[in-house]
Amino acid sequence: MAKPKLKRHLINRDWCKGCGICVELCPKHVLELDEQDKVTVVRPQDCICCRLCELRCPDFAIEVETEE
Amino acid sequence: MGKTVRFVQGNEACVEGALYAGLNFYAGYPITPSTEIAELLSLKLPQRGGKFIQMEDEIASLCAIIGASLTGCKVMTATSGPGFSLMQEALGYAVMAEIPCVIVDVQRGGPSTGIPTHVSQGDVNQARWGTHGDHAIITLTASNHQDVFAITVEAFNLSETYRTPVILLFDEVVAHMREKLVLPEPGELHTVERLKTAVKEGVDYHPYLPREDGRLPMSDFGGVHRYNVTGLVHDMWGFPSTEPRVVHGLLRHLVDKIENRAHELARFKEFHLDDADIVLIAYGSSARSALHLVEERRRRGERLGLLELQTLWPFPADVVRTRCSRARAVVVVEMNMGQLLPSVKLAVERPDRVFLANRIDGVFITPADIHNILRIIQGKGV
Amino acid sequence: MAVKDYLRERFFPHLWCPGCGHGEVLGGLIRAIERLGLRKNDIVMVSGIGCSSRIVGYVDFHTMHTIHGRALAFATGVKLARPELTLIVPMGDGDALAIGGNHFIHAARRNIDLTAIVMNNRIYGMTGGQFSPLSGVNVSATTAPFRTIDKSFDIVELSRAAGATFVARSTTYHAQHLSEVIEKAIRHKGFSVVEVLTQCPTYFGRKNRIGDAPEMVKWLKDHTTPVGSKAKQENPALIERGVFVDLEAPEYCEEYGRLVERAMGGRR
Repeated sequence: MAKPKLKRHLINRDWCKGCGICVELCPKHVLELDEQDKVTVVRPQDCICCRLCELRCPDFAIEVETEE
Repeated sequence: MGKTVRFVQGNEACVEGALYAGLNFYAGYPITPSTEIAELLSLKLPQRGGKFIQMEDEIASLCAIIGASLTGCKVMTATSGPGFSLMQEALGYAVMAEIPCVIVDVQRGGPSTGIPTHVSQGDVNQARWGTHGDHAIITLTASNHQDVFAITVEAFNLSETYRTPVILLFDEVVAHMREKLVLPEPGELHTVERLKTAVKEGVDYHPYLPREDGRLPMSDFGGVHRYNVTGLVHDMWGFPSTEPRVVHGLLRHLVDKIENRAHELARFKEFHLDDADIVLIAYGSSARSALHLVEERRRRGERLGLLELQTLWPFPADVVRTRCSRARAVVVVEMNMGQLLPSVKLAVERPDRVFLANRIDGVFITPADIHNILRIIQGKGV
Repeated sequence: MAVKDYLRERFFPHLWCPGCGHGEVLGGLIRAIERLGLRKNDIVMVSGIGCSSRIVGYVDFHTMHTIHGRALAFATGVKLARPELTLIVPMGDGDALAIGGNHFIHAARRNIDLTAIVMNNRIYGMTGGQFSPLSGVNVSATTAPFRTIDKSFDIVELSRAAGATFVARSTTYHAQHLSEVIEKAIRHKGFSVVEVLTQCPTYFGRKNRIGDAPEMVKWLKDHTTPVGSKAKQENPALIERGVFVDLEAPEYCEEYGRLVERAMGGRR
């Protein structure tokens, strides 16, 4: 299977509570919290599409969309 | 073909009535003096493809039948005072979530473990107010086995009609005594089936939106409508709400659907009330002694009458008021310290003329006991 | 279907605190159900009382939010009445093993086909941070100002001894594994238990100075190890995760079906 290629991160700002789990546990430090304590993508080029942010998010607030 | 006549215990009459009404799921825990109900159903339910499960306690028993009821089963559990105490929280859940179920409490002496093998009618107020919070409840009873059968069928009918738990409050004497029971033929007694929603799949179904007639059609778990059931105050979809309008509306609905129908829910029997100047009010096994005394004194020309209540809650105040309006004295016969007495006093025009004839020593109240108390009330001495 | 097709989205964002692990357990559960390809109409989820129990409000199944500790008893009634339905019972540690402990061991003893998910955050969250039977000794809680002296249960050993035929443990750090063991547990015929070590940053974390939610999740990584690993031999304090019990044994509803056959056959 080919390596998945990132299309985009879908972030639901209404659902994000800014707990920081995705930010702290991202192996490539792709994410950060913005000034409103909502998750934001700062280094998309480093994303390896492991989806750990999506799987660990307690709020269903982040989704990793990959190229088909 | 002649009718089937059986010589049975009251507990067995209850079982036969429940099966006649369509009982197909029973969960219970052994406790004297109700255990025969579980024993008989452990035999009879599997024989007709129904479900019987012995749970780890009375709490679990009531919880299990509530779960089964949501799948469309007609359900029952049976217990006695200590088990009934344990059931109170789940009973409130069934009230709140409007889940049809029948709970039999075969009363014995209390409080606590009390006197398990002796008679009492000490759970009358527990049936009414055992679970916390404002609510209404239907509680029925009977004094002989033919009536136990019929009132058990009625309990299922009312439970289905009003989506509510119904308590059958029997007592040790009726439960364990043996007498004749003529089994009604199928169709002879009316039975109410679960009202299912006509709402089609994909259309919004409101499990807690009453129809114009106040009834709430149900949808079985496993069916096409997925909804939520909760003991929290909830909206018409079954989801929690703290909206004052919703809270008020739900509480009013839960109470009104029963209290506003007190008259139509009243089941009772009248004996010689037309010209009675002393009216006895009794229920359960106490009514047997009361009736015996009434018949005996009638033969001596005394104008005694009996109002036998089968619906205890909602209290049939209208029935009591009208039947007692001409009485010089009203005597409430109970095997407790007067649990129904205050309701009778509230119902009648002259509460000062309402008296109590009771026993609280675990011994069945006899016609002679009631007669002795009557003589004191009449100022005749014993 | 996508994960969100199983959710009642109108109730989101959910009521759990920022960083609470319960939402992740919900995610793991939904992904397991998605992989199993179960129909929503065939799933009944029954919960008790507590933070964890509010999970049923968020899923688009037949859901029942019951009374404290009794979820398994309600679920037993549903399952015995309709054995073809899939029953999932999410519970908190206090709900499942303090007030509900008796129902827990008896459901396990019967080996009735329910999936119990114990979301173990070692604290009563809904009431504000009191210690639970899973807190263990030397824990600070609002009812343990001098720290706890109460020992905790080992849910895995308790479940095994009581007769559960599938027992697993995972954590909210191990998100993929968590979902996989829930999938196996649902697939298992019989009483299955999944203990999920999860974080309550609001009460347990703060009271015990473990740090914020990400720190607590990392704690779960650092303090657990796969079952049977060498690390466990070197450091017995590590908590094992994985599948501990996976047995085939007669399931209650199937046995009841056979009992009915005997009962009806005897009469004919």
